[in-house]
Amino acid sequence: MSQFLLTRRALLQSTTMLAAATALPWKALAQSGGRLIVAADSEPKNLNPAIVASNGVFFVASKVVEPLAEASFDGKDGLAPRLATSWEGSADGLSVTFKLREGVTWHDGKPFTSADVAFSALNVWKPLQNLGRLVFANLEAVETPDEHTAIFKFSKPTPFQLIRNALPAVTAVVARHVYEGSADIAADPANAKLIGTGPFKFEEHRPGEYYRLAKNENYWGEGQPKLDEIVYRVLPDRAAAAGALEADEIQLAAFSQVPLADLDRISKVEGIKVYSTGYEGLTYQLVVEINHRRQELADLKVRQAIAHAIDKDFVVKTIFLGYAKPATGIIPENAPEFYDASVPTYAFDVAKANALLDEAGYPRGADGNRFSLKLLPAPYFAETKQFGDYLRQALAAVGIDAEIVNNDSAAHQKAVYTDHAFDLAIAPPVFRGDPAISTTILVRSGTPDGVPFSNQGGYKNEALDQLIDKANETVDVAARTELFRQFQKLVAEDLPLINVAEWGFITVARDSVKNVSNNPRWAVSNWADTELES
Amino acid sequence: MLLIVIAGTFFLLEAAPGDAVDAYLLSIGGGDPALVQSLRESYGLDQSVFARLWLYVTALFRLDLGWSVVFGRPILDVILERLPNTLWLMGSAVALSFGLGSALGIVSGARPGSATDRALSIGSLALYAVPSFWLGLVFSVVFAVQLRWFPTSGIETIASGKEGFARALDIAWHLVLPVAALGFIYLALFLRMMRAGMAEAWRQDFALAARAKGLRRHRIVVRHIARNALLPLVTMLGLQAATMLGGSVVIESVFAIPGFGRLAQEAVAGRDAPLLTGIIVVSAVLVILVNLAVDIAYGLLDPRVGAAEVPT
Repeated sequence: MSQFLLTRRALLQSTTMLAAATALPWKALAQSGGRLIVAADSEPKNLNPAIVASNGVFFVASKVVEPLAEASFDGKDGLAPRLATSWEGSADGLSVTFKLREGVTWHDGKPFTSADVAFSALNVWKPLQNLGRLVFANLEAVETPDEHTAIFKFSKPTPFQLIRNALPAVTAVVARHVYEGSADIAADPANAKLIGTGPFKFEEHRPGEYYRLAKNENYWGEGQPKLDEIVYRVLPDRAAAAGALEADEIQLAAFSQVPLADLDRISKVEGIKVYSTGYEGLTYQLVVEINHRRQELADLKVRQAIAHAIDKDFVVKTIFLGYAKPATGIIPENAPEFYDASVPTYAFDVAKANALLDEAGYPRGADGNRFSLKLLPAPYFAETKQFGDYLRQALAAVGIDAEIVNNDSAAHQKAVYTDHAFDLAIAPPVFRGDPAISTTILVRSGTPDGVPFSNQGGYKNEALDQLIDKANETVDVAARTELFRQFQKLVAEDLPLINVAEWGFITVARDSVKNVSNNPRWAVSNWADTELES
Repeated sequence: MLLIVIAGTFFLLEAAPGDAVDAYLLSIGGGDPALVQSLRESYGLDQSVFARLWLYVTALFRLDLGWSVVFGRPILDVILERLPNTLWLMGSAVALSFGLGSALGIVSGARPGSATDRALSIGSLALYAVPSFWLGLVFSVVFAVQLRWFPTSGIETIASGKEGFARALDIAWHLVLPVAALGFIYLALFLRMMRAGMAEAWRQDFALAARAKGLRRHRIVVRHIARNALLPLVTMLGLQAATMLGGSVVIESVFAIPGFGRLAQEAVAGRDAPLLTGIIVVSAVLVILVNLAVDIAYGLLDPRVGAAEVPT
């Protein structure tokens, strides 16, 4: 026994010495409250948030490059000023005036002015950005009467409500002096070494290993940022992220990088906290996409029957382990400005679903099946795949035989959005603050083939199209909001798709990390006030 | 030969539904039709697969591996970045499984059928049956999360500023768990082969002669039996090294090591044919080098090899 202890002690000593010799430098830093290490599951190809408005890019880049305004729990219209201090739309919808923050400098020391905003809007957001191309489609010019005023001029009336709601996602401002004269801004090498005005400077990217951001000493925010460094460690394996958190090698994992199934266990580990808030502005929707070219599915009664066959509460409880909400319609509850709970809903009712299918003229055959379908669950999330398995069973209960077709991501995109080789598909679209940004496209007709996350089910409804078009040019906020209330009602009545659940992601962090999840888009916001306690 | 491989890779990826633009659009959460079109043009995907293949092959003759769509960087840079990690990880794992495997094989084969032999055979086969991701996760949970002896992941400490020997030590410390996870699985292969070779050698005349000469058992085992059994192991080593150079997606993911396995997986997921082809070409070159080394080793181990060319 004594011999065992001795060897064990010797072993421990030698390994701790080894550990001390190799790990000391960063351990010491972390304890001084300096370096926050977070898990990242992907490395975006183009890290410029002015060009690629996506969560994967913002997760890193939003700390470096700032938008005009950020989402906020308590600010007016749900916004907090960043590079703009105020914004106002004209009554005719033809112009929006931004007052810009004074005394802001770029990371290379040059002053930030309205010329940078004008350049970003006209040369980057409008022509290049995946979301900005739509939001700023009618942007004609940006006037800069002085260094701290930018007036956006539109060729057609553009709803200020849309611009306002889009501010956090589409208005990352880049420096004119960095990109001016660049032949191809989208491929400019400067995108790999971002220059911004944000609380952190981009230091280095070791592909496959990490990104490192360092404190911007000249940040405009008083006493900010609190951290010296943020390091994003690339951890492709989800179980590995949970292990690294437990071992305190990383302090934070956002975007549900710790799988839902692990949350119960990890929340009991001392020193680890689970946050289910901070994603209200990034609501994901679990949706059944329907191919209306299929004769049976073109029948409203069949679509209603499918809606009745799905037990949304079961989905929320079993697949999302409670970290989601059942959906009522195409606008999520997290968008209170537009949300209307009084739309027609479809309670879980197998008998009714069966009756509707009988009524529609699809009786059960000798084998108990009414007809067969091809079901394509999107492979992007564990939950979309699991819901595919659930839906197959739910449909079997009403006599619809669904065959699941599994594809990898690129193949799924092609099959659903280009080839239309599906009957039902399961998609996780995102609600991005305003229905006009990425929600109406899910049901509007006329989108060419090959556009992902759009109506590729061949659905066409004149009344719905007109509503969408009218909302796109209605400047009055109350009138536009009312149009979207009608819009969600019509969608719920006619079921071009079936909304099943809505979810935000989960952040897991060591309790030494302070000010986590304090705004509705926290993971993709600036983290200037994030602290690390020793 | 290389051309067939290249063409094969191109057509295989072409046959997979979806292209690089589909994969990219997904990662950015969608875009409008004009964006889709302009991306296809800028990636050259509006051209036929033959045109792209021709472009690739002609560039390859100028030693230009091309431009990666997934990473937006020159492929040579991407590959060279990952190459050292793969070589370290796989080299150490092969060395571990070969070294430990043959050593234990000698122990096993010294007395075929003994209790030690049985125990080692069962143990190594059990390890061989374990899936590598499971072993990796178990090692990670036990030695990194619970005992905290080793880091859970990564190839070296982030931005440590270490140079020279300290850095080498740091990398070695990070590689212990992944190398163990990979190496232990292939251990059985070498152990079994060594043991079988030795059991065979014991029955040969020279073994009998050695025993008749009254040599000590220890000497017979090491100088006569083991040395003869080692030859097929070297062949195996060459083959094994070739397979392992392709990387291990699973271990690289679990331990977050940026190596060839993960790179190849990212290339396929992103439908990046030039990148995938580049990985294959570089791997092929490495395999050729490994086989050359194996042939030379053969000559050293077995005096008969190469001797035939010497006129007598």
